[in-house]
Order: sequence, then C-alpha cells, then structure tokens
Amino acid sequence: MGAARDPRRSGVIYEVFRQERKGQAFEHAGSVAAPDAAFADAYAHEQYGRRGESVALWVVPRDAIREIEDFPDELGKNYHRVDGYSLKVKLKEARERAGTAAPPDR
Amino acid sequence: MSAQEQLLLQIADDELVLGWRNSEWTGIAPVLEEDVAFSSIAQNEIGHARALYQLLSEDADALAFDRRPEEYSCSPLAELRFVPDWGRTIARHVLYEAADRLRIEQLKASDDPDVAGLAGKIDREEVYHRLHAEMWADRLREEPRYREALDELWPYAVAMLEPDLQEGLAAHFGRDLPSNNLLQGLERGSHVEDWPALWEEMTMVRRSVAGATW
Amino acid sequence: MSREQEFLEYVQAGGAVEVDDWMPDEYRQKLIKFIEMHANSELMGVLPEREWILRAPTLQRKLALTAKVQDEVGHAQLIYRVVEDLGKPREQCLADLISGKSKFHNVFHYPTSTWGDVGVIAWLVDAAAIISQKALLKCSYAPYARIMKKICWEESFHILHGRDVILTMMLGTDEQRGLVQEALDRWWEPLMMFHGNPIDAKDDPVVQWRIKTQGNEEARQQFLDGYVPQIRELGLTVPDPKLRKRDDGVWEYTEPDWDVLRSVVTGHGPMTAERLEFRRMSREETAWVRHAILAEAA
Repeated sequence: MGAARDPRRSGVIYEVFRQERKGQAFEHAGSVAAPDAAFADAYAHEQYGRRGESVALWVVPRDAIREIEDFPDELGKNYHRVDGYSLKVKLKEARERAGTAAPPDR
Repeated sequence: MSAQEQLLLQIADDELVLGWRNSEWTGIAPVLEEDVAFSSIAQNEIGHARALYQLLSEDADALAFDRRPEEYSCSPLAELRFVPDWGRTIARHVLYEAADRLRIEQLKASDDPDVAGLAGKIDREEVYHRLHAEMWADRLREEPRYREALDELWPYAVAMLEPDLQEGLAAHFGRDLPSNNLLQGLERGSHVEDWPALWEEMTMVRRSVAGATW
Repeated sequence: MSREQEFLEYVQAGGAVEVDDWMPDEYRQKLIKFIEMHANSELMGVLPEREWILRAPTLQRKLALTAKVQDEVGHAQLIYRVVEDLGKPREQCLADLISGKSKFHNVFHYPTSTWGDVGVIAWLVDAAAIISQKALLKCSYAPYARIMKKICWEESFHILHGRDVILTMMLGTDEQRGLVQEALDRWWEPLMMFHGNPIDAKDDPVVQWRIKTQGNEEARQQFLDGYVPQIRELGLTVPDPKLRKRDDGVWEYTEPDWDVLRSVVTGHGPMTAERLEFRRMSREETAWVRHAILAEAA
C-alpha cells in the first residue's frame, strides 16, 4: 500500500477504484491526498471522472484497506485444480476397450 | 437587444471573465488535487459563457472577443484579480455561486424554452460548484483572511445582481444589504482598473490577424 | 546469487515490482529520481502554456487549452503520489524542484512568444513526450507503469488539439503560416535534445533496471520517423539542413550541442530562474491554505 502512516505526507490518502462501464468490475485507479472524505470525493471525481471515463467510483481511506499476500501451497494441492487431472492416457485406453478409438490421422 | 438578451449577455460576460480569473490558478493552486478540481470549475464557466453566447449570436467567438472593452457587461466582482490570494478567491467563489444560483433559478422559469433549457443545464453543472464552495467555506470558516474577504466582497456580490434578487442574496447569507453609497462604483459597466489591460491581453492573438480562423 | 542479482534478473525477465516489495536501494533511488523528474516536468510544463489560456483566440481553443493544462497538473499529481509512496513526500519534492536540486525536462525552460508556439508545443513537444511515455508502460515498477496508461490516454487528445491548431493556421493566412514556421524554427533544437544524449544501454542503469525500456536514440529516431513527414507534408521546413533519412531507415541530423542540454537542465535555461521563482512565490503565498486544511489530517 505504500507509506500510509508517514505523518509528513500531504494529508490522508484515499484510494480510488473506478468502474468504466456498468457491469464491469471496479478497478484500482490511483489515490488522492485530501483533508477529509468530502474533499477526497471532490478530488477523485475530477481526477478520475472529468472526461466521462468512469461511470462510478469507490473512494476509500487507505487505512481501511488490508492487503493479503500469503497463500502457501507447500504440499501441492492440485486435487482441487484443473492441473491435477490428466485424463489423456485413461481416455485412450477406454476408447480402445470400447472399440471407438478414432483413426490416428483425424 | 431585449431585456432578457441583455441579462443573458451579462451572465455570459461574468462567466467568461470569472472562468478566466479562476483558470489563473492553473498550475499554482494550493494543492495539486485542488488545482485539477478548480480547473474543471473554470472550464464549466467558460463553457457556460460559450453556450450563452451561442444563444445570442451565430458567431459566439465574435460576440465573446470582438467587442470594445467598454461594451462588455461583466460585473466588477468577476473581474477582480486575486491570484495568489486563495482567501479572496474562495470568498468570491462562495458569493458568486450563491448570487448566480438566484439568477439562474429565475431563467429556469423563462417562457423561452431554449433559455429555460440552458439554465437547467447550467444549474445542474453548478451543483458541483456550490458543493465545492461550501466545502471550502467550511474549512476556512475561522480564517481571518477569508472572513475579511467575505466582508470586503459582499457589496460587490450584491451589485452583481438586479435589485429584485438582492434581498434573496442577503437572506441567504444572513447579511444586511449595503447602503447605496457602498454600492457606488461597483455596478456593471464600471470596470475594474486593470480591465483595459485584461481586454488587451484577451484579444491580442485574435486581433493580430484580423478576420483569421484559429 | 545475491539478492540484488536475483532482483536484476527478475526485472530483466519482465518481472513487475510493487510498492511493498523488497528492492535494492540503488533501484529505489534511481527510480525516485527518474519518476520525480517526470512529475517536475509535468508541473513546470504548465507554466509556458497557461499564459495562452487568456489569449486563446476562440472559446473552443480556450477550453481545450485549459483542459490540456489541467491534465498536466493531474499527471503531476499522479506521479508525485507514486514518488511519495516510494518514500519521498510531495512537500520535499516541491521544495527540491524550487531550490533547483531536482531537474525537469529541457523544453520547459524555454519561453513562448506566439500562438504558433502553442500549436507546436501541443503537437510536437507532446508527441516527443508520448513516445517516452508509451515506452514507460513497460516500466518494471508497476505502480508507475499503471498510471502511465491514464497519462497516455489523456495525452492523445493533446496531440490532436495541437495538430488541429497547426492545421488551422496552415490553412489560414500567410501571417499565420509564418507564425508556425517561426515557432518551429525556435523549437526544433530543444526538441532534438528532448530525449537526451545517446547512451549505451549497458552503461545506463535506468535501462538495466528496466525503469526505462527504450534508449534515448531509439526514442529520437521514433520521433523523427513519425513527425518529420507530418511536418513536411504541410509545406513546413525543418530547420536542419543535415536532416535526412538514410536508406537503412536511420535519420541523420545535426548533432545537438549536448553541453547546452546539460546547462539548461541544470538550471540555466532562458526561463528557468523566472519560472522557479514564480513557483516559489505561489507556494509561499498559499502555504497558509495547506496548514489550514491539513492541520487535522495527519
């Protein structure tokens, strides 16, 4: 998130998320420094919407956002992922047994 | 020119000049985020001037720029140069938006659908201006510079409006109307001292090649 | 392998760096300096152009120019925020800009004289800048690469506006065409210096760290390739008799005096002192506002 708690910086930092068109996800667009929420809204409104480039914005104080980055997969949990399943060999054998194996050049 | 047309021209001239005064803060506003926001307000004002000139003339640019300085009907409040004084800038912003609201409200009730329609559009854009002005007024409430500026500019704001709207402005701010001698010299037509210089600069490129397309 | 070496290989392979990731001190310092110069340039670029907002000869031009300059301030805001998140507060950046400790691009140290300059700046100076900016979309430092997207999108109208101003004048009177040629004559040399003197990629740490993904000469060649034809097709003359495109596609030109570039960028341009003083004065006059609104913020 960056230096959120450094008192030397210029005011409170508010993160801005923008939605480009109705139905789309809100994406992080940037941040503004402002003394309070009213100013943050005004500033975000102009910085991220003055040209009609967004239909909606979410404005959130940086302190309200928590980042999670730690996703351990030490023991290879591929049982619940697509890459845990390789059916090619079994499928070939099953087709041969049923006599439905496709000719090799097709 | 009809009375209504004259009023529209007054508003257009106010917005043109105020739009320019506000754009003088571009690049040097107190805070970068504010610089961007305030510039949008300035652009809106110039945009309003343009729309009003277009209502009054086939050639909005000619109307905006090709008159003699004494033919402009902007009010002194719009003409005053405040950069780099943010206190006076905000005081004017607060006063002007409130006064402008009253006259736009009147125009919204016009018999002419073009005028009423445009007034509605202008009003909707100015909602943001008013919010912005209130936001700053709230923050600067205790600042002596700002309070003194409000006092100083109050007569100018009153002089900007036709007499029938002045009471409304006084009621909005909870202030008394200034006496007539305080309003002397602030009425439309009595331009500020550097108005001729401002006009010179505003029209210099346009006048440099007469009749050219830019 | 050292952590620094691992990091170098990571960014050279196209890896993205986020704000809280570990980075070598040298990377952080070079990054801050590079990005800060960009922010400074956006902010200083406003000054030559803002004078012309008042003087704009039509309402449309007045609006377009105000919006263009507004974008530049907006870009400065975006970029200073990135610098601040890296550890250098905005106030410090602005103080260093004003004191001359940090730099901004050469083109913003020069005066403007006519409406011709307005067109040439919006068309060609912005074009030169956008070439560099497009390359920065691939910067290894992701927060900066991400804001470059918004910056490039906004710059696209600037160039169109500039070209529109120029085309209108070129279709106008002899006097107007004269204004354009005269402005081009004055701006050509600064434009040729804009991308910096040619440096070998292996000698440029900023390229090694993939902060910059395009060499100076490459950018300049791209500019010439794109814009010399555009200039010439209007009947304008590029004021460099040596300028020509070789058979192998490389543009030859009169070598700029790189000492002039160095001198300008270290604070000795024709307008440097005046513009920095103007900045200093405005900041001083508005300091009370920042105290008033930020007192309760921290």
